Amino acid sequence: MSDEVANSMSEVSHSPRLDAKVPTGRLQEKWDAYKDAVSLVSPANKRSHNILVVGSGLAGASAAATLAGLGYNVKCFCIQDSARRAHSIAAQGGINAAKNYPNDGDTIWRLFYDTIKGGDYRSREANVYRLAQVSNNIIDQAVAQGVPFAREYGGVLANRSFGGAQVSRTFYARGQTGQQLLLGAYQALSHQIAAGRVTMLPRREMLDLVVAKDRARGIITRNLVTGELERHAGDAVLLCTGGYGNAYYLSTNAKNSNVTAAWRCYKRGAFFANPCYTQIHPTCIPVSGDYQSKLTLMSESLRNDGRVWVPKDPKDTRAPEAIPEDARDYYLERRYPSFGNLVPRDVASRAAKKECDAGRGVGETRLAVYLDFDAAVQRLGASTIQDRYGNLFEMYERITGDDPYRTPMRIYPAVHYTMGGLWVDYELQSTIPGLFVLGEANFSDHGANRLGASALMQGLADGYFVIPYTLGAYMAGIRQSESISESHEAFTATEEEAGARIDRLLNNKGDKSPTQFHRELGQLLWNHVGMARDHAGLEEAISSVESLRDEFWERIRVPGSADRFNKNLEFAGRIADFIELGSLMAQDARRREESCGGHFREEYQNSEGEAVRNDENFADVAAWEHTDRRPVLHLEKLSFESVHPTTRSYK
Amino acid sequence: MAKDMTINLRIWRQKSPEAPGKLVDYTVSNASEHMSFLELLDVLNEQLIASEDDPVEFDSDCREGICGSCGVMVAGIAHGPQQRTAVCQLHMRSFEDGDTITVEPFRARAFPIVRDLVVDRSAFDRIIAAHGYVSVKTGSAPDANAIPISKDAAEEAMDFAACIGCGACVAACPNGSASLFTAAKIEHLALLPQGQVEASQRAVAMVDQMEAEGFGDCSNYAECEAVCPKGISVSGIASMRRAYMKGVFSK
Repeated sequence: MSDEVANSMSEVSHSPRLDAKVPTGRLQEKWDAYKDAVSLVSPANKRSHNILVVGSGLAGASAAATLAGLGYNVKCFCIQDSARRAHSIAAQGGINAAKNYPNDGDTIWRLFYDTIKGGDYRSREANVYRLAQVSNNIIDQAVAQGVPFAREYGGVLANRSFGGAQVSRTFYARGQTGQQLLLGAYQALSHQIAAGRVTMLPRREMLDLVVAKDRARGIITRNLVTGELERHAGDAVLLCTGGYGNAYYLSTNAKNSNVTAAWRCYKRGAFFANPCYTQIHPTCIPVSGDYQSKLTLMSESLRNDGRVWVPKDPKDTRAPEAIPEDARDYYLERRYPSFGNLVPRDVASRAAKKECDAGRGVGETRLAVYLDFDAAVQRLGASTIQDRYGNLFEMYERITGDDPYRTPMRIYPAVHYTMGGLWVDYELQSTIPGLFVLGEANFSDHGANRLGASALMQGLADGYFVIPYTLGAYMAGIRQSESISESHEAFTATEEEAGARIDRLLNNKGDKSPTQFHRELGQLLWNHVGMARDHAGLEEAISSVESLRDEFWERIRVPGSADRFNKNLEFAGRIADFIELGSLMAQDARRREESCGGHFREEYQNSEGEAVRNDENFADVAAWEHTDRRPVLHLEKLSFESVHPTTRSYK
Repeated sequence: MAKDMTINLRIWRQKSPEAPGKLVDYTVSNASEHMSFLELLDVLNEQLIASEDDPVEFDSDCREGICGSCGVMVAGIAHGPQQRTAVCQLHMRSFEDGDTITVEPFRARAFPIVRDLVVDRSAFDRIIAAHGYVSVKTGSAPDANAIPISKDAAEEAMDFAACIGCGACVAACPNGSASLFTAAKIEHLALLPQGQVEASQRAVAMVDQMEAEGFGDCSNYAECEAVCPKGISVSGIASMRRAYMKGVFSK
């Protein structure tokens, strides 16, 4: 252990600030007990409370619509030109719920158990159980809004098995489930906008959180059309700003997805939990060149019928159709006979990397494996395959020029989702009172690995069914007379700091564009804090990111000015924050001396290359506090009262 | 390996809604057939930043054809020459080495230009806010299987619900009409029992809002369907008119 690690370990404090506020009692009864006891806010008082919702994805739009429906005054902000464009829209596969409509043995317990096991026992039991409990309400709500989920001929909802689940609990709307759920939430939001209960502010970027007297009091935003900095005061701030996968530059995230809002909250005192937990999705379209701006996911549902393989012989460069069965290695089926092609995402991704590292990758770059539908087409017929995956096949062909009905797809893992995020308690409140964090932006439900079709579930659970209750507990405890106005000195100071950061970017006049820095950061993180990590690589990442940060502030060139639409200015500010985050990701990965979920440390694997978890020393949440020196680690020990952590085996 | 292509671009540059705009010529000599059209613009912008020039502003986000952020006229066609493809998924293999391509913003009275290729499509949000929803609050939903919906109805509703709100339909329409966009939402909801309760008032409110925003009316050119990246059918417009008339006369 290096001295520096030893030092940072010695700073570990079991801070009382990490009180998760989990209700006592049986796991199954905690949420009901909480709801029985939580304070209610009277309708008259709700009207006098201003709530700021940052982000309009599944978590933000559902929270804004629901809170406005309850009577709160809501302002909702998004960086896109319309609330309907938040990145939740790109989710393809589906949403889980424990409805058990197929009568195949599903229960709330099983959905809970699968989720906590899938997260490799690195999430909080009570949060995950609550998630499974409210999952059913989400489906009801979405159907009532007019979400056109897939149906059976008899008129009931269709389900499919997804991402390694042994029951069919996934609801879907073709390959556009995220789009349809988001449009449902957006329409509910529009209803409240029309009713005058939500003020929607699109093309706004949150640049800082205003904290005064130890509470979140509001935010500073930049109007992305005029460049103007704006102050918004609120009694509570709900951060629903998504994940930080774009730290890697190439990811399946949308171009505007970023960590800035969350990072600014971190720098104002909100702890950042488990930043090293990132999800690398196994089925993405491989990189084709240096100009590549993002990666495209192909839904994991494809693995229900597609078979993953590489040629047995690395020198076998024949066209895939010309390679006979006995010269192919269906390596997932070989290594994991009971789950086969349906092993969880982290396992499938690492397996693909292992094949490519061994030189058996395919395609021009040799960084790809085949996903083959030939057997499925022969078994089910091309028309069934078209019904199931038609739009995905079209998308693949549009991007690559290859027809997957004729030739296998080429796929490779890509950064897709981040399980880490701002630390929250059972009420979704961060370590800053009045700052709540919902959806992908928080850390709470997915542990070290998220299961397929669980992100949509969590975003909507938080927004529709959790925050409407837990926000009340906070609101009932604050007094209107204590609120501060937008002319308060805290707003003035915070706005000045945000303005100074912008000026610094624009006045630097260096010689490297924001994108050049972003690419370099992405490469560093992908190489050292990607699918596999080790101590030496992480040490290198930490020092290289440090130098990159220095270089950024020496050489960054941002074109244009602050008082106009200026995409490169937006990007530059976000990249500056991604660089700082990158360092924290590497530090967190270095500290976690075990392999769990998406965090695979080369040093901690068994002889078969499977992850080795260390429950004795690392059954915890690592929550980092920003200080002027180095980040300080706080631990929330995870206790498992209802499940017993076991080794995740998909053999 | 993919060969390099040289692409000449004529791009609309406009500093503000009021400022006059003009087409400016650029050349990208290291394009690749595997590149998307927006990646070509990215490469151009890197070139412009390096030469201390002003990069071209354009909207884009998911870059997988679902968020609806992007949208420009490529060689006079909304989203470019490849059918049922948003411009973020249009790839340079649709063009030849040496081509000259004109790139302009989506133009319509109801879509004021913000800067360069960026337009203001907030009128779409106001059309949805007019009544593009089912009036149901969180928590008041019956069990999801309480009301059976035929597979055909759900599939047809999904065909309309697939609209990404990009505005290509408006840009392609000689009248600058938002009929396809508005009809898509009206039809999506009218085909489902949950949406039928408010179908008439919805149609009237949304169509009236569309007019109020300055969009033109539909004269059955069907240019909208031709450019729609999701292939939304103009049949929705006929149904929308029926629902509108029904709503007006039942008032």
